[in-house]
Amino acid sequence: MEPATRTQNPVVTGTSVLGIKYKDGIMLAADTLASYGSLARFRDVERLIKVGNTTIIGASGDISDFQYITHLLEKILIKESNTEDGHQLYARHIHEYLGRLMYGRRSKHNPLWNSMVVGGIRDGEGGTFLGFVDLQGTTYEAPTIATGYGAYIAQPILRKAVEGREDTLTEEEAEKVLEDCMRVLFYRDARSINKIQIAKVNASGISISDPRFLDTEWAFAEGIRGYGATD
Amino acid sequence: MTSIGTGYDLSASTYSPDGRIFQVEYASKAVENSGTCLGFRCKDGVVLAVEKLVQSKLLVPGSNKRIATADRHIGIATAGLLADTRHLVNRAREEAQSYRDLYRAPIPAKMIADRLGQYVQAYTLYSSVRPFGVSTILATVDKTGPQMYMIEPSGIYYGFYGCAIGKGRQVAKTEIEKLKLAEMTCREVVKDAARIIHLVHDDVKDKDFELEMSWILDSTMTHEFVPKDVADEAEQLAKASLNDDMDED
Repeated sequence: MEPATRTQNPVVTGTSVLGIKYKDGIMLAADTLASYGSLARFRDVERLIKVGNTTIIGASGDISDFQYITHLLEKILIKESNTEDGHQLYARHIHEYLGRLMYGRRSKHNPLWNSMVVGGIRDGEGGTFLGFVDLQGTTYEAPTIATGYGAYIAQPILRKAVEGREDTLTEEEAEKVLEDCMRVLFYRDARSINKIQIAKVNASGISISDPRFLDTEWAFAEGIRGYGATD
Repeated sequence: MTSIGTGYDLSASTYSPDGRIFQVEYASKAVENSGTCLGFRCKDGVVLAVEKLVQSKLLVPGSNKRIATADRHIGIATAGLLADTRHLVNRAREEAQSYRDLYRAPIPAKMIADRLGQYVQAYTLYSSVRPFGVSTILATVDKTGPQMYMIEPSGIYYGFYGCAIGKGRQVAKTEIEKLKLAEMTCREVVKDAARIIHLVHDDVKDKDFELEMSWILDSTMTHEFVPKDVADEAEQLAKASLNDDMDED
């Protein structure tokens, strides 16, 4: 008999997700690439989603696992709204649910292969929330969060730009720092693409931008052997 | 009633010699004595309205709701035994969710109506169970637009533009027939719904009641209670129009 096997590696994957707190709320960024190994297989997959009216989630890792998680979240949201009791699930609750879900699955030796950033309105009392969950059920909160390759490349840039300035950072500044990080990631991360989305949660609600292209600079490549220079 | 004492009404699995199933007819009686319940399918959605008779003045306002949500796009309003309603709503929620699990899409109107209809009908087949003491109005929106179905205790169901069940159904039906529902918006229909519920309510004979109104709009595809300001305005107009009628008399 064959031994029981579980997901031991992801298949179609998304790369880094970035999240920061700013003056008016939370901002998330991710590109729209779903890779098949090193192949840039699907170039218009949206990895930032809205969960209810106060929460946004960004996922890196296995895309099919993320689609499954999306379905589970839809299910608990419907169950909650059916009760008509005036309560709703806020970012803190979604984050806790995902933490228990991921830990439960890793304890069955059958993890859902994702790292996720959860942002939004903290709870019924208001406030903002930015949290992280990974495939082992590790959870934490921080004013800046980056998953995957972004944890190495973008996290230091985000910390320098955001930490200690969460209450003064304007929407324009926040958007600029995320865009700069996504650009650096596009230059350095071979599983990324120059098409990104930015999602915001603030007093006026949730908005997820349409996918847009990053401006990039390649003139320097002329001088690099293997790109432009011939000797 | 001539059926009593004949022995043909002891079980839903026994026909009478003239081909009736008395237990199912008794279930319909339970519906007829309940507070009136209305459904309107109009241009841009479906409106539900219920005359919820309040059992006791000591109850918290808004308790024992007779309109429920089975999925984002499904509203259920009932006349009859409230406990049976709750069971049926739970079943509707399970059916709606299992469809989502399988097809990753909201269940279409005629499928949820059919599944609930089949479920209700199954309770008319066995001597070990009793038929449902409820008639159910199902309000949904799907790809084909707003839809409304009514399911009876026998399990039979039809699609409707307007329907009325419960105590005041006869008067309500003649009122609904006067409306041009296909040309009206939910916003307009809410006022007529409130008016008709107030019209059929008998202040002398009946207990006090709470007016429950919900709608499901084509634009949002979400079933929700009518916002308080809209509902209050409709109820005020309803009371005013009834007073006018009385002045004329």
